[in-house]
Amino acid sequence: MKEEFTITVYSENRVGLLNQITTVFTRRHINIESLTTSESAINGIHKFTIVIYSTYDEIEKLVKQIEKRIDVLKAYWFTNDEIIYQEIALYKVPTKALLSGNEIEKLVRKYGAHILEMTEEYTIIEKTGHKTETQELYEMLDPYGLTQFTRSGRIAVNRSRKEPLNSYLKKLEEDRLKLAN
Amino acid sequence: MEAQTYESMEKKQVQSKTITGAEAVMESLLNEGVKLMFGYPGGAIMPVYDALYSYTDRLKHVLVRHEQGAVHAAQGFARVTGKVGVALVTSGPAATNAVTGIADAMIDSTPIVVISGQVGSHLLGTDAFQETDVIGITQPITKWNYQITRPEEIPWAMSRAFFIARSGRPGPVLLDITKDAQFGKLDYTYQKMTSIRSYTPLPIPDLSKIDEASHLINLSKKPLALIGQGVVLAGAEQELLAFLEKAGIPAAWTILGLSAMPTDHPLNVGMLGMHGNYGPNIKTNEADLILGIGMRFDDRVTGNVQRYATKAKVIHMEIDPAEINKIIHADVPILGNVKETLPLLTEKVSNNEHPEWIEEFNACMRIETERVIEKELFPETPLLTMGEVVRRVSEATDDDAIMVTDVGQHQMVATRYFKFKKTRSVVTSGGLGTMGFGLPAAIGAKMGMPDRHVCLIVGDGGYQMTIQELGTIFQEKVGVKIILLNNNFLGMVRQWQELFFDYRYASTEMVNPDFQTIAKGYYIPCAKVTERDNLDDAIKTMLETDGPYLLEVVVEKEGNVFPMVPSGAAVDEIRLE
Ligand SMILES: Cc1ncc(C[n+]2csc(CCOP(=O)(O)OP(=O)(O)O)c2C)c(N)n1
Repeated sequence: MKEEFTITVYSENRVGLLNQITTVFTRRHINIESLTTSESAINGIHKFTIVIYSTYDEIEKLVKQIEKRIDVLKAYWFTNDEIIYQEIALYKVPTKALLSGNEIEKLVRKYGAHILEMTEEYTIIEKTGHKTETQELYEMLDPYGLTQFTRSGRIAVNRSRKEPLNSYLKKLEEDRLKLAN
Repeated sequence: MEAQTYESMEKKQVQSKTITGAEAVMESLLNEGVKLMFGYPGGAIMPVYDALYSYTDRLKHVLVRHEQGAVHAAQGFARVTGKVGVALVTSGPAATNAVTGIADAMIDSTPIVVISGQVGSHLLGTDAFQETDVIGITQPITKWNYQITRPEEIPWAMSRAFFIARSGRPGPVLLDITKDAQFGKLDYTYQKMTSIRSYTPLPIPDLSKIDEASHLINLSKKPLALIGQGVVLAGAEQELLAFLEKAGIPAAWTILGLSAMPTDHPLNVGMLGMHGNYGPNIKTNEADLILGIGMRFDDRVTGNVQRYATKAKVIHMEIDPAEINKIIHADVPILGNVKETLPLLTEKVSNNEHPEWIEEFNACMRIETERVIEKELFPETPLLTMGEVVRRVSEATDDDAIMVTDVGQHQMVATRYFKFKKTRSVVTSGGLGTMGFGLPAAIGAKMGMPDRHVCLIVGDGGYQMTIQELGTIFQEKVGVKIILLNNNFLGMVRQWQELFFDYRYASTEMVNPDFQTIAKGYYIPCAKVTERDNLDDAIKTMLETDGPYLLEVVVEKEGNVFPMVPSGAAVDEIRLE
């Protein structure tokens, strides 16, 4: 049975790493549902957040294949209930649609969205949430002449207290010292 | 004041010297102990070749005839010596020619460093003459690759390349050096790399797993050890024997595990796999314990995984965490270098013997001998078989030669019938099954081990895939003994057509040139044998002739390799005919 998994990968910040990670999936004909990448909280270390559909058996293997790449520090996988995750969506609607009634305003309130910018011509609405939520708002706004819509990839933090990489880096350092002695 | 400046200047000179990037490549190779490399020059690597000109007294460069040959030769060298093989090629078509060898080294865990030239960094991404994205192309088939665009990066990248290629589970590394980085200057100092933060080559063994494993081993009535190349790569041959002999466990080898222990050792029960021996295949599904040692449960070994090792618990000793549970679930995984983990296990296991269980393997061997081996080694037909030729060659070298093979029926026959006394005596393309591998790999093997006989067993198909390397053999006077088993067919494919495609021989018959004339064209001594009576003398002449030799043996056209586990079948469905 396939379900959604989130993989977080920490790597050195080197050219070509994204390609190294994505080929692990493409080679096995696995589609990447969402991908976000940026510098992590630790200086010089990059973080990738990847969402795929997979099985428990397969996800384990995939994560090991990613970790096998030389410049990858560590990769973890999570089920959805092990993490807090968000995506961000932006919606562009004509301002006149907003002014011609209070439906859009009601939607903005109901969905906990907010308005980023408003000009005579258009209004930009922003909402963060899970895909189903941002999608629902999209469908609600669509009849009002939505002119643009975009949604980001997933970002996630896990429910345990620390960034897991911190403790991993500490362990690496301890192992190194142990070997040196 | 002046004196001080002078002193510090002098000190600086001791620590570093200003040289070109190309010279830094040479110096780095020397720092890594490289004495021999294989390559082919061209535009984007010319500065490196120019530097080489001043280093020829310390660095031997062998000019091959095709870049695929350079990489296979580097592989052959690495496989027999345990050192890192080096290949040097230019950009574009040269780098793409090297790709097959790199992929082969990746899947067979062979430590090589391939250095390719690249167009100037200002031209990257412009579709410049002979520019290809070598980093992109080789990314999935290298353990690590890196593009060097600044001369200062060269010593760092070279030391990293050699460290990665040889450590942990070995593999190929490619360095792509832009032309301007070769021309540019740097202050050269070299530091050998010993660790990389994001890379753990040697997992630390978990002692509790050793306990669990020894417990299973001590309880087992029918244990079977599967020996892979990991044992050879780790140099753990002694540790393996100590373990097997104490616990009394029969052992079967994979194609790349060949020669990790002597062929005639009483605990050696033969080869696993599609064309392996009857006993180890059948008994895999009767064993109560399978102990994989430095091997990866390739599909040619397991056959149908759903019906593999059905009665057995599995212990998997492996250096690469990604191999654990990849194909076969391991009840007890033991991560680590087998050189370290085997002695830990040996200490814990009880002295044991399994005479009845081992007798079952012997019984299987008697069946296989009667129904397959006798016919292959002592045929009643006038035509020569591949098996008898291979066995005669092996015996003529006192089972002491390095055997190199190409890919096909002759490869399976060679791995079945050649015998080994010493480790690192086999060079064959196991994982990728690369036709054309044999001849150049044999060059590398012979140059790596000049004092041993290197016997190449090759088919008429694969021979012609890299036949141009006869030029290299001639130019360098490489004493490779080429045993060409000529059946005028792409034999292995023909066998499948016969067995599974109703004898429909689509494009497998070969109309061949006169291989004798070709050898003579390269001034390589040669002979052709068609009669059994002439075989032994011909082999003797070949081995007694100094330098290279081609012995062409005409073998039966439609011989088949048996036993065989048909693809998709379970190991115990192995067919004897
Ligand atoms: C580069 C490459 N192309 C195709 C194949 C498929 N293939 C495997 S064995 C074989 C036939 C080999 O024929 P030959 O070299 O004459 O050896 P024989 O089987 O007759 O001993 C072929 C075509 C391969 N393994 N490698």
